[in-house]
Amino acid sequence: MWLWFHKLASPPHAYRVLGKLAPWFGWPALGLILLATWWGLVKAPADYQQGDAFRILYVHAPTAWMSMFIYVVMAVAAAVGLIWRIKLAHAAAAAAAPIGASFTFLALATGSIWGKPMWGTWWVWDARLTSELILLFLYLGYMALRSSFDDPQRADRASAVLAIVGVINVPIIHYSVEWWTTLHQPASVTKFDKPSIAIEMLYPLFIMIVGLQLYFGWAISRRLRGEILRRERNASWLKEAR
Amino acid sequence: MDLNEFFRMGGYAGYVWTSYGLTALVLLLNWLAARRCEAREQESARRRSSTD
Repeated sequence: MWLWFHKLASPPHAYRVLGKLAPWFGWPALGLILLATWWGLVKAPADYQQGDAFRILYVHAPTAWMSMFIYVVMAVAAAVGLIWRIKLAHAAAAAAAPIGASFTFLALATGSIWGKPMWGTWWVWDARLTSELILLFLYLGYMALRSSFDDPQRADRASAVLAIVGVINVPIIHYSVEWWTTLHQPASVTKFDKPSIAIEMLYPLFIMIVGLQLYFGWAISRRLRGEILRRERNASWLKEAR
Repeated sequence: MDLNEFFRMGGYAGYVWTSYGLTALVLLLNWLAARRCEAREQESARRRSSTD
């Protein structure tokens, strides 16, 4: 088992496997995202309170959810890299950061666009919005910290500490709507009892989330391959790999 | 389905289409950036191995 794990985490092997996996993520991702977009924009009925503006939900909630999910992936990868000194894990964390940052940006932007017609304002400094903005700064800080080191090993270690400390923000984002009074509506899907949203409205939401997960799988595979090549620039396997 | 009605989005056209457009744009840019990240390193690895 340990031997198998080492083989899997070895750069040449990971490089090959990721290359094979990527299309299996990419094409289904494209299909599911298009399906969810059509379903959300055309097929789903308009909300009885918000009218058609509620359709923003299908890009807002999944991107917000992905922004937190990717951060946890990044922090876990960074922790694995720090504890077991696995370079591939550090590389994966580094590859996840820009993707996560872009989802965070989308969650903030679409939320703001949705907030204007519903709340009458683009932005309020309430707990949910502020903690999501902090998430964006954590991603950007992580990337800035990495690029400030020339030595990749020192960059790995320093940025891993930041990623791990920052993970505290993820439960804060999630529970912010319960702990503080905020304009943001409380969770309507991830509740332990029954979701307080019509089931027909949920299908496109789930399809979009799965689609974006696969999209993330594709994007991190591509980026991680690049990251592996950059780190292994002097390794002999590179010549045999082609 | 009435196409005009569809594009009007019940009066929320600007908000709905901007949200979806922005999302599509960022996903597209991300896709291009990930591909470029991989291709750039592949190219530089190729060049290195051909020079030595």
